[in-house]
Amino acid sequence: MLEIRWHSRAGQGAVTGAKGLADVVSTTGKHVQAFAFYGSAKRGAAMTAYNRVDDKVILNHEKYMSPDYVLVIDPALVYVADITANEKENTTYIITTHLSTEELIASQPKLAGRKVYTVDCIKISQETIGKAIPNTPMLGALMKVSGMYDMEFFKENMMRVLKKLPQKIIDANMIAIQRAYDEVK
Amino acid sequence: MADTMELRDIEVWDGNMAASQALRQAQVDVVAAYPITPSTPIVENYAGFKANDYVDGEFVMTESEHGAMSCCIGAAAAGGRVATATSSQGFALMVETLYSASGMRLPIVLNVVNRALGAPLNVNGDHSDMYLGRDSGWIQLDAYCPQEAYDMNFIAFRVSEDHDVRLPAIVNQDGFMTSHTAQGVKTLSDETAYKFVGEYKPMNDMLDLDHPVTHGVQTEEDWHFEHKARQHHALMTVVIPKIEAAFADFEKLTGRKYNIVETYNMEDAEVAVVCMGTSVETAREVAVEMREQHGIKAGVVGIRVFRPWPLQQIAAVLSNVAAVGLLDRSSPHGAMGTLYNEVSGALFNTDTKAVLTNYIYGLGGRDLTKAHLTAIFKELKANADAGKPTTPLQQYIGLRGPKLSFF
Repeated sequence: MLEIRWHSRAGQGAVTGAKGLADVVSTTGKHVQAFAFYGSAKRGAAMTAYNRVDDKVILNHEKYMSPDYVLVIDPALVYVADITANEKENTTYIITTHLSTEELIASQPKLAGRKVYTVDCIKISQETIGKAIPNTPMLGALMKVSGMYDMEFFKENMMRVLKKLPQKIIDANMIAIQRAYDEVK
Repeated sequence: MADTMELRDIEVWDGNMAASQALRQAQVDVVAAYPITPSTPIVENYAGFKANDYVDGEFVMTESEHGAMSCCIGAAAAGGRVATATSSQGFALMVETLYSASGMRLPIVLNVVNRALGAPLNVNGDHSDMYLGRDSGWIQLDAYCPQEAYDMNFIAFRVSEDHDVRLPAIVNQDGFMTSHTAQGVKTLSDETAYKFVGEYKPMNDMLDLDHPVTHGVQTEEDWHFEHKARQHHALMTVVIPKIEAAFADFEKLTGRKYNIVETYNMEDAEVAVVCMGTSVETAREVAVEMREQHGIKAGVVGIRVFRPWPLQQIAAVLSNVAAVGLLDRSSPHGAMGTLYNEVSGALFNTDTKAVLTNYIYGLGGRDLTKAHLTAIFKELKANADAGKPTTPLQQYIGLRGPKLSFF
């Protein structure tokens, strides 16, 4: 079982990101689950979303999760949300920030000794999609760090997931995904 | 003619999308609805299908849930296939009209996305609304995951509209834990799904102007009792065999097998929990772990058909266990939980001497963790070994603060 927790603000697309990832993974024959805690359901409120991936049918519906990956798509949540909650020894963090990994750990000491990767999904999405929707670039970064899927396969499937959007937006998302894949450190 | 939607064999849908797709494939004549979290996306998606020509029927946005169900009653009496969705306070506002729908013997399919009842206001999942509808005369099916939310809708139309049944049916799914959780759902093609549900066959329809009928009449002490007895008789004798027949046909079509009472690892189980909704699936996983890691022969019983209450089937599946935990996801407010009372009633006149205890859990969406279930199975094992309760009869699980228990 692979488990992923997203930290986001409502409106940044973590639920769409988690469901999009589940959709892509499902095409490979694996079983998936994507859900979220909506909390107070206000735009801008801190929230979490979740993915589970397994080779067999996923029966576990508990909200408790000890994640393999923590994806943070809003830079400030590193300081205000409990992003290390229920971590395990080898939990990997991918964090949206304009800081380098070293600067980030210096600014948030509880990340010291963890496997931490950084990428500026906010900047990437602003420069490609035209607004701060950091969800799809984060998936590009996850593909790089996890080695989960070949990038061409992933992008091909994401195009299908996003097919209801205008072509221009789809194209921009593909560039954002590739840039995050290339830029994550 | 509605457009056909091409679906992949497996779609990643949440429970709400699964329910809306089933409604679309059943080609409902009238959906009348008023939105409420967490069931809103069911009718929202459906209205989208309608706007994009995937639905021929009417979609009516009403002024309240009371109005929505009233509109469904009118449309069903007129002679159409009818469905809607609601949750929580919206369901509560529908209650008066629920009794009208069942008393008038109108087949209507209602998706209830289970949510807590306020106060305090809470949008998350528990079974308070499901329990509120217990005595309303509706058939109540329960889905544990998005796949089942999809499948149970087809069963509901098929059984509800059967001329020997003619009773409305509720399909329950857990708010958020199913309704907003995306999982793989094996789909049916539009044609296959519609063929399973079948063409709607009207009965005593008001739009059959050559055969005028009256619906919703007044009967006082001369006939009211006979009407209610007949309604109860249909629920008690006709519905279960019809559901079994629909399950059998559905298995032939899809390979997915459903039962009136679902059992998992019960063949040799010494202890068992009985529950509904997503908890059934989490408990299944824990029961296997209890066997592998703790040497406890644990099993799980899931209630698939909550109304009519399958008294004999429940008694049969629990006949050989030594201790049973009844898990109620609703505040019983001054009594033992419903599953405790009803399962006790099912077992009392049998030879079973199982120790029964009640757990209240998950109110307002509070997480039921695998750790909670592990602790419950261990308590049940202690009860089984002692041959009597070793804990209070009713305990609260996952509550903050001092342990709360009664009796």
